Amino acid sequence: MSAESPVQSAGFRGIQTGPVLRRVNAWLPVIATVAILLLMLLAGQLYFGDFVTPRLVSSLFDNNPYLIVLAVGMTFVILTGGIDLSVGSVIAFSGLLGAQLFAAGLPAVVVLPLMVLSGTLIGAVIGIMVAVFDIQPFIASLAGMFLARGLAYVTSLKSLPIKNDGLNWLLGTSWGGGQWYTTPGVVLALLLVALAFWVLHYTRFGRTVYAIGGNEQSARLMGLPVGRTKFLIYVISGTGAGIAGVLFASYTQSGNPLAGLGMELQAIAAVVIGGTILSGGSGYVLGSLAGVLVYGLIQIAITYMSVDSWWTYIVIGVLLLVFVVFQRALSARRRG
Amino acid sequence: MNASRIVHHRLFWPVVALVALILINTISRPTFLSITVKEGGLYGSLIDILRNSSQLMLVALGMTLVIATRGIDLSVGAVLAVAGAVSLTFIGGSSHPGDLGTVTIAVLLGLAVTLVLGAWNGFLVSVIKIQPIIATLLLMFAGRGIAMLITKGQITTINSPPYAQFASGHLLGLPVAFLVALAVTVLVAVVVRRSALGMLMEAVGVNPEASRLAGVQARGIIWIVYALSGLLAGMSGILYSSNIMAADANNAGLNIELDAILAVVIGGTSLAGGRFSIAGTVVGVLIIQTLTTSITFLGIPPAITPVFKAIVVIAICLTQSQRVRAAIGSRHRRTRQTPTAGGLGTESPIEAEKAATA
Repeated sequence: MSAESPVQSAGFRGIQTGPVLRRVNAWLPVIATVAILLLMLLAGQLYFGDFVTPRLVSSLFDNNPYLIVLAVGMTFVILTGGIDLSVGSVIAFSGLLGAQLFAAGLPAVVVLPLMVLSGTLIGAVIGIMVAVFDIQPFIASLAGMFLARGLAYVTSLKSLPIKNDGLNWLLGTSWGGGQWYTTPGVVLALLLVALAFWVLHYTRFGRTVYAIGGNEQSARLMGLPVGRTKFLIYVISGTGAGIAGVLFASYTQSGNPLAGLGMELQAIAAVVIGGTILSGGSGYVLGSLAGVLVYGLIQIAITYMSVDSWWTYIVIGVLLLVFVVFQRALSARRRG
Repeated sequence: MNASRIVHHRLFWPVVALVALILINTISRPTFLSITVKEGGLYGSLIDILRNSSQLMLVALGMTLVIATRGIDLSVGAVLAVAGAVSLTFIGGSSHPGDLGTVTIAVLLGLAVTLVLGAWNGFLVSVIKIQPIIATLLLMFAGRGIAMLITKGQITTINSPPYAQFASGHLLGLPVAFLVALAVTVLVAVVVRRSALGMLMEAVGVNPEASRLAGVQARGIIWIVYALSGLLAGMSGILYSSNIMAADANNAGLNIELDAILAVVIGGTSLAGGRFSIAGTVVGVLIIQTLTTSITFLGIPPAITPVFKAIVVIAICLTQSQRVRAAIGSRHRRTRQTPTAGGLGTESPIEAEKAATA
């Protein structure tokens, strides 16, 4: 939103400190997130005793696979300096669409791709608005959010149950023995993280994403395909939201017009906690994964302490504050 | 010449949209325009729109000023919830909930808390220099938690006739809520436009660093707009809680920040900052409220409202988009001498710059 972005310039000045140090500097926010994650686990272990168990680690992933997928898509968007508010509503739309199609008797092989495509479509609408018509990402994705939520209600005004083996398999199957377990949905989410990491760091497209976030004008002058890349970013985020919609439908075994309410904020929070800067150009998808885990751990810890659930909001708010101030201090130091 | 000036006024299309909405309603049901007098108050669909738009109006007013400084305030919905929670918890806990004094203290207490929350946002943005979207995101999260902490997760309901007056009372035949919003809007508009304050806000929005070097107290200005935005959200929260006579920490002001930003943008204030129009925001708020009311009025399930909102947003954004304007107005442009760069035209400096480079 703001044109002021301290880290952009800091990245260039960091060259003075040498390549190795610069790398460490860039990864510092992610390292900090992982450190906080470990500290929280340690604190939990000391406080509750039997806290860090294979079961906890497994459930940390198992509780939020859809949030991991959302955070991956959101990382792409935020890296270009954009934002995608539509993803939570897409979850509702995609889930209800699936519920209606399943109710019509279509097989999972047909329905699941269509559910994902519904997200792709919303993403494409936002992408066209941003890339072609130069509408601010905040407003364009706000329109996408209204559109998806409204379409969800058009699809069905009330919650619909889904009974389908193919969909249930995603999160209903448990792989692994004893305390260590995982589900196909979690594996899918982690594969997407790996794929995103590869795309962002080993492809031309990925470099362009960082370049746009660093300085869009320069990227354009360098002849990079800025418009096309920005369009694709929102398609990626929308598709991710579609996949998250499938996972969420599998998790709740239903489609609900209120599903995913506020989930875009959780995804944004996870990405920010993971060290990605909202003005773009700096951040890592692995950080976002760590951000989701921190988020999940806070939720689990709050359940463990059996305090009221609204403390989650406050703790997340405080944690966001700590991270933002930390990043701010970091960039100020680099600049100085 | 005059007609073209009217068509090119930045409020032309929003006002057309508003009139079109009212026309559609009137054609489908002529009773839409009728206003009746009952027990000293005016009633009717138009009056409903005025009364119901007051909450959004207050929030959007603060948002306009924040956006003028190139900021954004996502926390208003949560702050609104906090105001209701504070005031109603105070009234609920007092021994004379119907007492005028109790209600006055409760309202002042609620407003004071929201002023502090707004100032906190201003502190983060102006002193710590955190991006506005993130700085206010913090309170958007934590604010609802704070509101629930105050109400202890319950929906606090109260019975206090004076407090109920804010939402359901009438004064001189008009709804009190509308009068509150009107008075505050006029007051803010006069203060901001009759003094240099508005211009300073725009200066900060155009270029914070340059305005600071030019001697503008950018830090103070930013602080003022966020504090004001918090305070206005608090007033809106009082109206909201007075309307349902309950403090609902979960649902009070849910997504109102989005509607408010939408209203501001529809009114022609650019999110890039540096220019604002309070009149535009008023039109934007009325469009959104009329749209919501029409949907109920026309018998469409209210849940589908977002689809229509999406269509309005997309349509209005497209009319403001440079590319579309260039396509439609290319003939027009050529006949004019130069594009109005800088202060005079309807474009923000950034848009003008884009047009110049295109």
